Amino acid sequence: MGLAPLAGAALSAGDPAQLLPAREQMAFTLGFHIVLVPFGLAFTFLMMLANYRGIRGADADALLLAERWSKVAAVLFAVGAVSGTVLSFEMGLLWPGLMGRFGAAYGIPFGIEGIFFFLEAIFVSIYIYGWRRLRPWPHFWSGLPVVLSGAGGTASVVAANGWMNLPGGITLSGDRVVDVNPLAVFFNRAFWYEFVHMLLAAYIVAGFMVAATYAAGMLRGRRDRYTRLGFLIPFTVASVVIPLQILFGDVIAREVFHKEPAKFAAIELVPQTGDHVPETLGGLLVDGKVRYGIDIPNGASMLSGFSPSTRIRGLDTIPPPVRPAPHLVNIVHLSFDVMVFTSFLLLGLSVWFAWAWWRRRDLPRSRWFLRLATVSGVVSVICLETGWIVTEVGRQPWTVVGLLLTSDAVTTRGNMWLFFAGVLVLYVAIGAGTIFVLRSMHHRWRRLGVDDVDVPYGPEPPLEQQPTQAGHA
Amino acid sequence: MSTLAAVILFTGVVLYAIFAGADFGAGFWDLTAGGAERGRRPRELIDHSVGPVWEANHVWLIFCLVVMWTAFPPAFAAIMTTLYVPLGLAALGIVLRGSGFAFRKVLVRTAEQRVTGAAFAISSVLTPFFFGTVAGGIASGRVPDGGNGEAVGSWVNPTSLLGGVLAVVVCAYVAAVLLTADARARRLQDLEAYFRHRALVMAGVAGVVSIAGIFILHADARHLFDQLLGPGLPFVVLSAAAGLTALALLRSAVPRVPRGFAVVAAGGVVIGWGVAQYPYLLGTHLRIADAAAPRPTLVSVAVIFVAAALLCVPSLILLYVLQQRGRLEEA
Repeated sequence: MGLAPLAGAALSAGDPAQLLPAREQMAFTLGFHIVLVPFGLAFTFLMMLANYRGIRGADADALLLAERWSKVAAVLFAVGAVSGTVLSFEMGLLWPGLMGRFGAAYGIPFGIEGIFFFLEAIFVSIYIYGWRRLRPWPHFWSGLPVVLSGAGGTASVVAANGWMNLPGGITLSGDRVVDVNPLAVFFNRAFWYEFVHMLLAAYIVAGFMVAATYAAGMLRGRRDRYTRLGFLIPFTVASVVIPLQILFGDVIAREVFHKEPAKFAAIELVPQTGDHVPETLGGLLVDGKVRYGIDIPNGASMLSGFSPSTRIRGLDTIPPPVRPAPHLVNIVHLSFDVMVFTSFLLLGLSVWFAWAWWRRRDLPRSRWFLRLATVSGVVSVICLETGWIVTEVGRQPWTVVGLLLTSDAVTTRGNMWLFFAGVLVLYVAIGAGTIFVLRSMHHRWRRLGVDDVDVPYGPEPPLEQQPTQAGHA
Repeated sequence: MSTLAAVILFTGVVLYAIFAGADFGAGFWDLTAGGAERGRRPRELIDHSVGPVWEANHVWLIFCLVVMWTAFPPAFAAIMTTLYVPLGLAALGIVLRGSGFAFRKVLVRTAEQRVTGAAFAISSVLTPFFFGTVAGGIASGRVPDGGNGEAVGSWVNPTSLLGGVLAVVVCAYVAAVLLTADARARRLQDLEAYFRHRALVMAGVAGVVSIAGIFILHADARHLFDQLLGPGLPFVVLSAAAGLTALALLRSAVPRVPRGFAVVAAGGVVIGWGVAQYPYLLGTHLRIADAAAPRPTLVSVAVIFVAAALLCVPSLILLYVLQQRGRLEEA
């Protein structure tokens, strides 16, 4: 480890010119990709639920939902495959310092991810192909590998991310990795809490996003059984998972308190080490002091150690050369607050739903419930994105905590703003294209009643045998 | 152990070259098929042939990147910091191609399909070209051990340009053979003649480029030239022979046979390059063993490779069997 990288960090003026565009590009592309993750991971589970219900209850509406969802999942999976490929290029093009030095350890989880990705692609094809071609139950079971490999793939990527937060399983000699323990790399000390957190988050986001589209339909007057079911299945799943996530989040916060003290100091906005630390809601770090926030006395100490006298290490314990800049601390803290706040909003909506269901076996009657449910999808994405910002920005200035500074991981060649601009233009086009395609599928289903929409991974329609002469007619 | 990892990596490269090569070539014919009406039928056949295999190609590319950065991290960093221009452009091309594929099938209006189709076709030609220049840069020793080599000269040079042009031509040739065979299997006589004609033209172009290549390599990358004529020679000869055989059998044999020969022709070129470069990973200066990760990492790569094969191959067979059965029922 040595002091050399520490000395380098002090010269922030000496950061490579590529650092800012590279970080912005990585944040942008990962931020894009992470929205697709819940669809490969949890939306496919909702699809299985609808399928199960359809077969068990001989429910044609549920089966139709499952079939349409599988096609939406295929489109989003194809888009995710594309943006995932870009990410693997970016690993090398933007962060050669990371890959060149730690690829031997950090690369292993990605290899495992590749297997799951391949399996998921194959079984998505089989499942979509199987509609009306396989018998109901074998077809249902062919969807199971999709859900499982989705979880496996996410576990692998999260393992790589966890390793950056709490690297382990390597032996260094100078700067070189001379020995690797692959299992210790994969099952690093941050793996379990990061994985479960992401898994639950995916179910929440997929649940609220899908439910939101049907809530919007109900607001427009569609009260048929199909629409209702399309709302109820995902919303129920999200409502069950959100309280679990909040309870688990509390456990994770203490894990971070013990294992990642620097990140915890930023999350809780603690400049000075001490006990009786308040929980600051909102607020900013200005000139080393916390301002504009609402303090809950002893809150942070109580939450992290169940006692007001729990001592919390502040930002002052981080050596100045590797202390995160105040604006980064503020980003982490405010993102954390937004994440917690939005998750409680979602919890509130779920409790409303649960109460109405318990009393009358029906949705809340108020149109406000549907209005809020319509925005719950966007709120859940905000929750996901801010949570991800906490993990990633909370690690700065490190790429691999204690071992590699981000300024040493970044490439030092070329004008990365140009690359970023190209990626930005393409992603905007892809984002717009995705929405357009989903809308056109919706249009055909809803208004034209056409169900055999061609999708990626779907079976091929038969080709015409004779050349048509339309051009000469 | 490092040689085994290199073989695994190179297997990925060869598979990517074959599968994606056919795919890129199909994009080339899409691009050159003419206006919307004139090119409609060839494009339909292209769509049918490309669809089912597309995802597998992506997997092979990601596989190559992952094995490279895990098993040979310093070489990966050296390539990425030197050849970042063509690699970045290839990455953008793949995004365009992939999204064109993802969206075109869902869209119904011709105008919309044409936009995504054009994106798909243009990037299908540019992407293999850039990958070819990358291969040329590595083979001619223009990627230094420590990376950060020449930003332009590393891929704008005779060997790289040869690599780029050859990649596009070989892809187009393989695709034309596959599409001819496909049209024949579907008994679409007009399209069979259409693509057979194009396969013959491309074979001629490939021959001319290869002959020019002999002089280019002799002047620009002498070591590679010597090795290609040494240990690499059998593969080069095999590739040329298979390419010609595929052409000769296009009319007469069962469609599967020329398809197989075309694949051998494309694979032979790539394997020839790999054999010529052994035991070096970069040019003639960085040995495979010197760039390799610690042993447990290499073992992991091998285990992952075997696990992937054990899990994915049966699943792929299942998919294939189901699709074939479905096709029989529909017929």
